[in-house]
Amino acid sequence: MSWLQKLLPPKIQRSSGAARKTVPEGLWTKCPSCDAVLYSTDLERNLNVCPKCGYHERLGARERLDALLDAEGRFEIGEEVQPVDSLKFKDSRRYPERIAEAQAETGERDALVVMQGAIRSIGVVCAVFEFDFMGGSMGSVVGERFVRGVRTAIEEKLPFVCVSASGGARMQEGLLSLLQMAKTTAALADLDARRLPFISVLSDPTMGGVSASFAMLGDIVIAEPQALIGFAGPRVIEQTVRQKLPEGFQRAEFLLEKGAIDMIVDRRQLRERLAALLAMLQDLPVEQSS
Amino acid sequence: MTPQMKTTFLDFEQPIAELEQRIEELRYVQEDSAVDISQEIQRLTKKSQSLTKEIYAKLSPWQVAQVARHPQRPYLLDYLPMLFTHFEELHGDRHFADDASIVGGLARFNGQACMVIGHQKGRDTKEKILRNFGMPKPEGYRKALRLMNLAEKFGLPVFTFVDTPGAYPGIDAEERGQSEAIGRNLFAMARLRVPIIVTVIGEGGSGGALAIAVGDVVLMLQYATYSVISPEGCASILWRSQDKAPAAAEALGITAGRLKTLGLIDRVINEPLGGAHRDAQATGQSLRKALADVLRQLQDKKPKELVEERLERLMGYGKFKEGTGR
Repeated sequence: MSWLQKLLPPKIQRSSGAARKTVPEGLWTKCPSCDAVLYSTDLERNLNVCPKCGYHERLGARERLDALLDAEGRFEIGEEVQPVDSLKFKDSRRYPERIAEAQAETGERDALVVMQGAIRSIGVVCAVFEFDFMGGSMGSVVGERFVRGVRTAIEEKLPFVCVSASGGARMQEGLLSLLQMAKTTAALADLDARRLPFISVLSDPTMGGVSASFAMLGDIVIAEPQALIGFAGPRVIEQTVRQKLPEGFQRAEFLLEKGAIDMIVDRRQLRERLAALLAMLQDLPVEQSS
Repeated sequence: MTPQMKTTFLDFEQPIAELEQRIEELRYVQEDSAVDISQEIQRLTKKSQSLTKEIYAKLSPWQVAQVARHPQRPYLLDYLPMLFTHFEELHGDRHFADDASIVGGLARFNGQACMVIGHQKGRDTKEKILRNFGMPKPEGYRKALRLMNLAEKFGLPVFTFVDTPGAYPGIDAEERGQSEAIGRNLFAMARLRVPIIVTVIGEGGSGGALAIAVGDVVLMLQYATYSVISPEGCASILWRSQDKAPAAAEALGITAGRLKTLGLIDRVINEPLGGAHRDAQATGQSLRKALADVLRQLQDKKPKELVEERLERLMGYGKFKEGTGR
């Protein structure tokens, strides 16, 4: 850390874990959309949304949880569940090496962080994908943590919120990763039977095995602006159909127009909107405080 | 597939193909020859069989994938008359279209009414296009869901048959909610109050397969495959070259034997020597026996018990360790 960085205001309070950054090192960041040069701390305070053009950069799982949940009374669920290499999978590199590298890079043990807490005093269990951990891919650990989160929601009679950011299933776990789609979805069927709300928030990107399992099944499905959401990746589709994809294809706005999602919400308003929706679904009175 | 159709041989079967060719020639010669060469034919036929046995005893996962995709491999509609009677096909998702890559309908299994749902590939070019190469669009999955709900309503067991390269990756499929359609099926199958018996008969291609493959028992034909991604797809992502598909097939663990060892499927149904296409009738017989066994096990379970056991089974999928600290 340079002396200059030490002088910067402290980052948003973290619930736990090593300090990590979502913004490239250095004081200044260039917005990939409008090219505006931004003060990194400003961008971080703005939840990685460009203050000039509103472009939503990816946001780390813990930063997301910090932004969504009340500071008080949160604790993590399923942290103890950790990955193993059941297939002894090796491509150009061994799977354990890839895990170790992702763990070192992100400070996470796997690609999903689950917490029980509250959104503006409304109790909730919230699962958030860490895209920087192997592309937010879903393997056994993601599936198990998800299920433990849903189970806690059922036990505590709380709604469940999931913020997705994932390329899909984790190939290195073979068929076991595919079956996580069935596992996570089955857990939601249980939640559904108990009439507890499930809100699914789709951030950039939500693809493959994650989008084709629980992500589109929310009682309410919310997407972030411009998020890429779909089953097959754009490149695969282009190769299959051999034609140019339409403008804005598989973006949140496209999905809204096709009737696939309920709404698009700016990240900076997400906490308020979630609180309002959760309150109505559970027939709670209008919040007094603001 | 017609039985008299000439067998197509795969690359790794070339030694067998050459022998069979020789046998064919001798047979032709024998017809208008005074010399008795039937002994020679018999000898070569035996040799061909033992060679086939030898080659099939040590198939690599990639070779198994070739057998699973064999152009003459029996499809659902080939097995259907061997397994069921009184088949009444039901069409359409009631919203958009009828997707011919998924076939479904009412039928009888050993006299008992049931619902049959499965992927269907095409045999010739025209049918391949009609069936979209066995790659369903959302309307296909929604038809399957409609039929499953129908089965539940009338208390009929559901048999599903999996044979797809994957869900169709196309613009229209995305526009109509491919992801939602697949996810919705997983959700519904998790709690369907009738038995669901799944058999992977060919290719079990990823989410497109899983969308009709959540059940109480999962069977697999010996040379079928079931995988999160095709070996080619995996190779092009992780090895950055499709040529590495054999290595990817090995790493992914896509064969029935391997998946049985991993505890991800319940039972492997043996195929005739040289694969199901060498003797579809025999394969159908084995399949029929296995399905009867499984149905007997599930038949008397109460819906509640069935769903609870299915949920428990689904929750059991996963390999991880439990440690402390970060």
